[in-house]
Amino acid sequence: MGSSCGRVCWKWGSPLRRLPGFSRLLSTAALAPQICVVGSGPAGFYTAQHLLKHHRLARVDIYEKLPVPFGLVRFGVAPDHPEVKNVINTFTQTAHSDRCAYYGNVTIGKDVMVKELQRAYHAVVLSYGAEDNRILGIPGENLSGVYSARAFVGWYNGLPENRDLKPDLSSETAVVLGQGNVALDVARVLLSPLDILRKTDITEGSLAAIACSKVKRVWLVGRRGPLQVAFTIKELREMINLPGTRPLLDPADFTGLGDVIKDIPRPRKRLTELMIKSAREKPGEKEAALWASATKEWGLKFQRSPLEVLPATDGKQARGIRMAVTRLEGSGESARAVPTGEVEELECGLILSSIGYRSLPLDSSIPFDPKLGIIPNSLGRVQGAPGLYCSGWVKRGPTGVIITTMNDSFDTAQSVLEDLQTGVLNLSNSKEGFKSVRSILHSRGVHPVTFSDWEKIDAAEVARGKLAGKPREKIVDPQEMLQLISH
Amino acid sequence: CPYTGCRCSTGTLVAVAQLALTSCNLFDSSADRVTVHFINRDGERLTATAKEGESLLEVVVNQNLSIDGFGACEGTLACSTCHLIFEEDVFQKLDAITDEELDMLDLAYGLTDTSRLGCQVCVKKAMDGLTVQVPAEVADMRRELEVGKQSK
Repeated sequence: MGSSCGRVCWKWGSPLRRLPGFSRLLSTAALAPQICVVGSGPAGFYTAQHLLKHHRLARVDIYEKLPVPFGLVRFGVAPDHPEVKNVINTFTQTAHSDRCAYYGNVTIGKDVMVKELQRAYHAVVLSYGAEDNRILGIPGENLSGVYSARAFVGWYNGLPENRDLKPDLSSETAVVLGQGNVALDVARVLLSPLDILRKTDITEGSLAAIACSKVKRVWLVGRRGPLQVAFTIKELREMINLPGTRPLLDPADFTGLGDVIKDIPRPRKRLTELMIKSAREKPGEKEAALWASATKEWGLKFQRSPLEVLPATDGKQARGIRMAVTRLEGSGESARAVPTGEVEELECGLILSSIGYRSLPLDSSIPFDPKLGIIPNSLGRVQGAPGLYCSGWVKRGPTGVIITTMNDSFDTAQSVLEDLQTGVLNLSNSKEGFKSVRSILHSRGVHPVTFSDWEKIDAAEVARGKLAGKPREKIVDPQEMLQLISH
Repeated sequence: CPYTGCRCSTGTLVAVAQLALTSCNLFDSSADRVTVHFINRDGERLTATAKEGESLLEVVVNQNLSIDGFGACEGTLACSTCHLIFEEDVFQKLDAITDEELDMLDLAYGLTDTSRLGCQVCVKKAMDGLTVQVPAEVADMRRELEVGKQSK
């Protein structure tokens, strides 16, 4: 595949090639599509990457509301999971492409509106993720000591809006509502030996708070049973092997499961087998020794649905949680938890609700489904809004790991590429791209942060981290970030 | 890597690649070349010459093969983007799979009975002429159906 004298050759995925009569060569003049991506997390960067790779001329501008890029890779992935953050290297390569530009410190929906972006670009891709969380909707949810896991994760990961969370870590028992990987992350950060945490990029402030923590026991509570846990095996294994801790798994919760899982798909089978083994089998010598000397513990409680957070005598602090005991109707992924009428109480002073992230509508002009919490779309094309696309969690909901988002972003990029090819996106309407956005931002007193600005912030964080034996010391104050780059 | 005894899952991709290259250069480099074919998602065959001891992920990276999103975590067993499908007889002869690799493989799209993660499979002389398949992603399959409907 090559290009010669005005003909441009696209490199397409197989489905398009198989369309009858599809021509791979265009004889139109080579016009450069101007594309903008809103959000610089994995969805934004993978969408940009795919567009740049599969279109020789496209220009992609990535906008981000914070000064710093990378979204949940920086603010969501746990500090003790640095390998997962290696994707930053491929994103950095993308940002360095001469057809790509990063503009941080620009809030779409406030500093510039989506309609203005649509005037400036041929296509606008919304990849702004899920910045909120689902709420429990139970009495006592707003008592002191109750936090969303999302805010707690943001706190230890240096997300500016959560830096003043000051979670109350003074009680011995913490309850995490939810049994996904985020629930395991927060349990692990609460119980990890400080020697491990202090070598990570966890923020200095949160490390100091955790060092004074009295939390010794964390329960992960789920409404359904062991076969419905949402966490994955690598993270569970990590928890079982966490130094200084012992697992509290009730063998009764796993009775008879061995037979049930005989013929189910391997991933769920292995995950369940690991839980059964840890709950029912006698630990090996090494494990037994570790568990005997453990000072902290964590456990799984099943079939418990939160009803109310119970207040202490002062009426302001959480002191426990009342839960409905449930039974399961149906089986597998679609099993439903139904209250039995029985109720149970668990004493605790720290409650973290880890029941899911949630997207918010960005701008009143964009279609948004408040029930599903996503932008209505088909293959990434926003319904009823030509020229508008979406990728990542705001497109399909806040679940999955980076590979899930990667595939979905490539998919959306493919929709954009198809629409460029078929003329749905009309390239003969020339667009100014950032040129027009720059003057809008200037008139509103907004100063975008460039990628090389970010690299200065990055260098400062790494330098500060070095002094403390950490990969970086994150700057948590956006003003400090802006001052560093003299904005 | 048979020369360093270095397991591909430890350390960063760069460190392992450097280590493998340094060690492999102690030997006659031309004798250690192995041809590997990757069938890409779009059916295109990508052929590369690998060094004995390189992981299949390193081959893709070092030879700059055009496989979208391959090796996101850079060989640290923190993702499943280097998922490859082998022929049955080749699969049986590969080094035993660890729990660590199985844990990540379990999350891969289009998992088959002859799937492995490319970052954990090191090239051996006996693999000369090996053909591996890059799995189609679930999203791609749905797209095919969608496009198929439109063209009718």
